[in-house]
Amino acid sequence: MAVLDKIRERLADKIINWHEHSEKRIYILIKPQDIRKVATLLFKDLGLRFIIATGQDTPQGIEILYHFSIDKTGQIISVRVLIEDKKKPEIESLAPLFPGAEWIEREMWEMLGIKFIGHPNLKRLLLAEEWPEGKYPLRQEHES
Amino acid sequence: MSHKVIIPIGPYHPLQEEPELFRLYVEGEKVVDIDIVLGYVHRGIEKLSESKHFDQVPFLVERICGICSSSHPCAYVLAVEDILGGEANVVPERALYIRTIIEEMQRLHSHLLWLGLAAHFIGYNTVWMWSWRYREPVLDCFEMITGNRQNYGIMKIGGVRKDIRDEDIGVLKKTLEDLVPVVDMFRGAVMDDPVIKARLKGVGVLNKQQVIDWCVVGPTARASGLNIDIRRDDPYGAYDRINWNVIVEEEGDIFAKTKVRILEMYESISIIRQCLDKMPHGPIDADVKDIPPGEGIGRVEAPRGECFHYVRSDGTNRPIRHKIRAPSFMNVASNKISAVGGTISDAAITLAAVDPCYCCTERLIVLDRDTDKKVMNGWKLIELSQAKTEKLKKDLGDR
Repeated sequence: MAVLDKIRERLADKIINWHEHSEKRIYILIKPQDIRKVATLLFKDLGLRFIIATGQDTPQGIEILYHFSIDKTGQIISVRVLIEDKKKPEIESLAPLFPGAEWIEREMWEMLGIKFIGHPNLKRLLLAEEWPEGKYPLRQEHES
Repeated sequence: MSHKVIIPIGPYHPLQEEPELFRLYVEGEKVVDIDIVLGYVHRGIEKLSESKHFDQVPFLVERICGICSSSHPCAYVLAVEDILGGEANVVPERALYIRTIIEEMQRLHSHLLWLGLAAHFIGYNTVWMWSWRYREPVLDCFEMITGNRQNYGIMKIGGVRKDIRDEDIGVLKKTLEDLVPVVDMFRGAVMDDPVIKARLKGVGVLNKQQVIDWCVVGPTARASGLNIDIRRDDPYGAYDRINWNVIVEEEGDIFAKTKVRILEMYESISIIRQCLDKMPHGPIDADVKDIPPGEGIGRVEAPRGECFHYVRSDGTNRPIRHKIRAPSFMNVASNKISAVGGTISDAAITLAAVDPCYCCTERLIVLDRDTDKKVMNGWKLIELSQAKTEKLKKDLGDR
């Protein structure tokens, strides 16, 4: 069975929306509280490679896209979560699952102010020490 | 009481071309932990990109890195073309070949540069001089085709900016022909040399599981037996139209990483030759006007590994989000595994992919091994030194 079908089958109760932009670019929308389970399945059970995560400030909330690569087929599965609470965005950390997620979570924390629960070492990665607390460079000012 | 000593490498040092700080925690000769501090050259390019027109962004991302300066623009234009319906549906055939040729020429010069630096770090300066000398003709070819030795400005949404003229093809082919015996020489000089073997074999090892857990990419991953290469797995340009091999080694040590890079140079030469022969005549640019709303992902196999760009458009003339992930973002983090457990003298070459210098020991702190409490700092050492001078003075008397 193809990896895509396996993902579809085993995540049937978690997937809110499945969008195939093209044959090789698939976007899945899930709830933020399911991220740990979904990442465990994709990374540990199915052996997908974690590429990176993209954090974004949108009018609806803080969005994170976790990009996973199926290297055998060249497909990218981007798992999308939307954290609606912009004042105090929180999500479970993936770093305890695999250390490759450590740096990008630190980056999203300093750039967007997302708290990653369970991260072993949540400190600044790129910003200077003098950068003021609570200012997040990638936050947008949306008109309400 | 045993002591743990911190040896800081960086952030600024004449031997480093980029500022970064590695704190090596050492016990005697052995590295027991490493702390990597980044951000000295953080320029906020992702944020900056949101303020640029779609066609200006390639020039911006070209300046992320001077060595793989066409990988970033290439990944970016692939991401935008993904919004437009995919590279293959947008870009004219000839432009696909030109993109491939530029990418592979870049790999040649980048691998030669790395080889020189790596040789320099283990004190083999002859190879350093050689490899930088033979890198020059490749840069000359870049200048001939694009007008620049670095930052070629050739990638464009919908194609490429400059064509390869027929009269340049001969020069390019001659350069490649001259490069083959050079790579042969390096293969001999590096792979058959007992001293290099003694210095690199079994040093800085990453095993396959560690590579997977740390999400390492590129030659670093391929040297540990992970068979990934974006050029084959998610082809762009003309890679799916020509014959070439992905080089994979199993050992995971620095010797294997060197071997992968040297053998990849043969593949690059072969890819460029095939492209030059197969390249059709025709337009090089699709003249894309508007970027519709949507999101796209582009990735290329840069000399250091997978380079990833994500672009989101809302239908205006600027991206509203542009995420960039360079291969080193994943690879540098894995130094935590490869350097720990080795000796200080091996740390320099183990970290060499990111070019540090470990001699930068002008500041030294001694910690208690169990409590991590500071036992001595620089001032304490100066006091000790002054006390000793005073004592010597006294001992020598008034002579």
